[in-house]
Amino acid sequence: MNVIEVKQLEKVYNDSEVKVYALNGVDLTIEEGEFTAIVGPSGSGKTTFLNMLGGLDQPTSGYISIGGTEISQLSSSQLINFRLNNIGFVFQAYNLIPVLTAKENVEFIMHLQNQPKAERESRTMALLKAVGLEGRENSRPNKLSGGQQQRVAVARALASKPKFVLADEPTANLDSKSTENLLEIMEELNKKENITFVFSTHDQRVVNKARRVLTLEDGKIISDVRK
Amino acid sequence: MKTNLKLAWRNIWRNKRRTLITVASIFFGVLLSAYMTSMQEGSYDKMVDIVVKFYSGYMQVHQEDYWENKSINNSFDYDQALVDQLKKHSEIDFVIPRLESFGLASAGELTRGTAIFGIVPDVETQLTGIASKIVSGKYLQTTDDGVVIGEGLAKYLKLGLSDTLVIITQGYHGVSAAGKFPIRGIIKHASPELNKSIVYMELKTCQSFLNAENKLTSLVVNVANNDVMNRMLKSLKNEIKSPYSIMSWEEMQPEVVQQIESDRAGGILMKAILYIVIAFGIFGTIMMMIAERRREFGVMISIGMQKRKLSVILFFETLFIGLLGIASGIAVTLPLILIQAQNPIPLTGQTAKLMEDFGFEPYMFFSTAPEVFWQQAISVFLLTMLVGIYPVIAARRIKEIKALHGT
Repeated sequence: MNVIEVKQLEKVYNDSEVKVYALNGVDLTIEEGEFTAIVGPSGSGKTTFLNMLGGLDQPTSGYISIGGTEISQLSSSQLINFRLNNIGFVFQAYNLIPVLTAKENVEFIMHLQNQPKAERESRTMALLKAVGLEGRENSRPNKLSGGQQQRVAVARALASKPKFVLADEPTANLDSKSTENLLEIMEELNKKENITFVFSTHDQRVVNKARRVLTLEDGKIISDVRK
Repeated sequence: MKTNLKLAWRNIWRNKRRTLITVASIFFGVLLSAYMTSMQEGSYDKMVDIVVKFYSGYMQVHQEDYWENKSINNSFDYDQALVDQLKKHSEIDFVIPRLESFGLASAGELTRGTAIFGIVPDVETQLTGIASKIVSGKYLQTTDDGVVIGEGLAKYLKLGLSDTLVIITQGYHGVSAAGKFPIRGIIKHASPELNKSIVYMELKTCQSFLNAENKLTSLVVNVANNDVMNRMLKSLKNEIKSPYSIMSWEEMQPEVVQQIESDRAGGILMKAILYIVIAFGIFGTIMMMIAERRREFGVMISIGMQKRKLSVILFFETLFIGLLGIASGIAVTLPLILIQAQNPIPLTGQTAKLMEDFGFEPYMFFSTAPEVFWQQAISVFLLTMLVGIYPVIAARRIKEIKALHGT
């Protein structure tokens, strides 16, 4: 089943009368359960592409469908709701809410979904256990290491039961041990629970773990390798 | 909602120092404005007290020409039917007959202009409490041919108890009136001006002295407070027909009303300036809070938080800061003003003299009326709400992709 379907996607920036193609006619299909890395040099359009897939930015032209919904047709408010229920985000700088504990950060998404308290609590604890943070649930982000914060971010991304998780350079700020640890967690979640992951990365260790590697250059996919 | 409140509460403490400084600015704003208002309203209350409780009462019935020409010739005959008509209103506490005139009080070589009040002693004291203001001697009896005079007048004329006061004046229809009256008591009147000139005598004695048998210049109509007066005045004006007229203390003393109003307007201007300073203080804090958290807002919206929910959290943050400032301000101001109300500040020197010249006691009085507190609380609360609109608009304008990049 296709989770993501992209056709002739273009994003053009008009910079002093010169058109800059951040994405130039991208076609892509990602199926459920894939573990995909998007690589490419700086300025190749990785982040722009990820922003489009996450509904954070509007394309100039083209078609993006997530789980059968064409997201470019949604209003701003509908798009926020769509992201809440369909897409999990993991950011490079973790971006946890600093005034909430690890548990509250994970639970926050389910609050937004108006899930019942009992379900919120049990899922939060299960997710924190899955990312190896059992016992740290009451710590605020500033009391956690970078690796631990990113694991909370992964748990938060999965809390809403999304169709897929978008991770923008999730290991960029982590040391090698934390990177290894995080990748193992995500790989396990992918294999055991069939969660679809899409990364943008420069990190070779992420690329090595990925089962599909897309290479972007000048806003175009120049290679699509399945392992 | 609970999560929104929790988030907002925790957010305001992310930068404790900044929040405390903002709360402190509101605190001092509430403190200063409440203190100033209390002082102003306390002075006004005292002015009204002097006018109402020690002199005019809330309303007076006169012969319709009396107020234009305060002559004993414009007095009226005591009319029991009129008194009964007034007394049938349950909100009227009491109706007090008076015969007022002016004369010259003399003792030995000394003479001073004096206000002569012919009163029914036991009824008059219900309004003015003058019986309790006697500093030496005793209060007038129901039938008494003596007088009670103001302390200032006694001092000026160098008179004491049982001395004789001579009064010369013009009686009803131009009759020359001169009389000698033994001093029964000396009173310390709350109004310094009246203290220097007042002479109370029993109504019948006064009527006889002025050759004005059964005549009155006024019927003091007293009610509980200004609100009751305002409520009743219109209907009483329709009810009291010629040859009588009824006037409120505000009509009888328009200069007092004007003085209060102009002073109050000055106070409002001062408070408005104070509030503007407070509002900018809160606004600055909120702007900084929003500017430094743009990226976080971008993340929250990206992961699925509706902008309206974010607006609610930011609004609560503004509200919490405002409420903390108001609550702490009121908590400190309330006991402070209660203490000050019990212990008015005595004025000295030129200020004291000036106040006495205007007929007021030389004290800074404080009001503990609830509006002194709630008006400041409501004003700052509304200001906070107004400032709270900014984060609501700011949150709704956030573009997640820009906010994620912190711009």
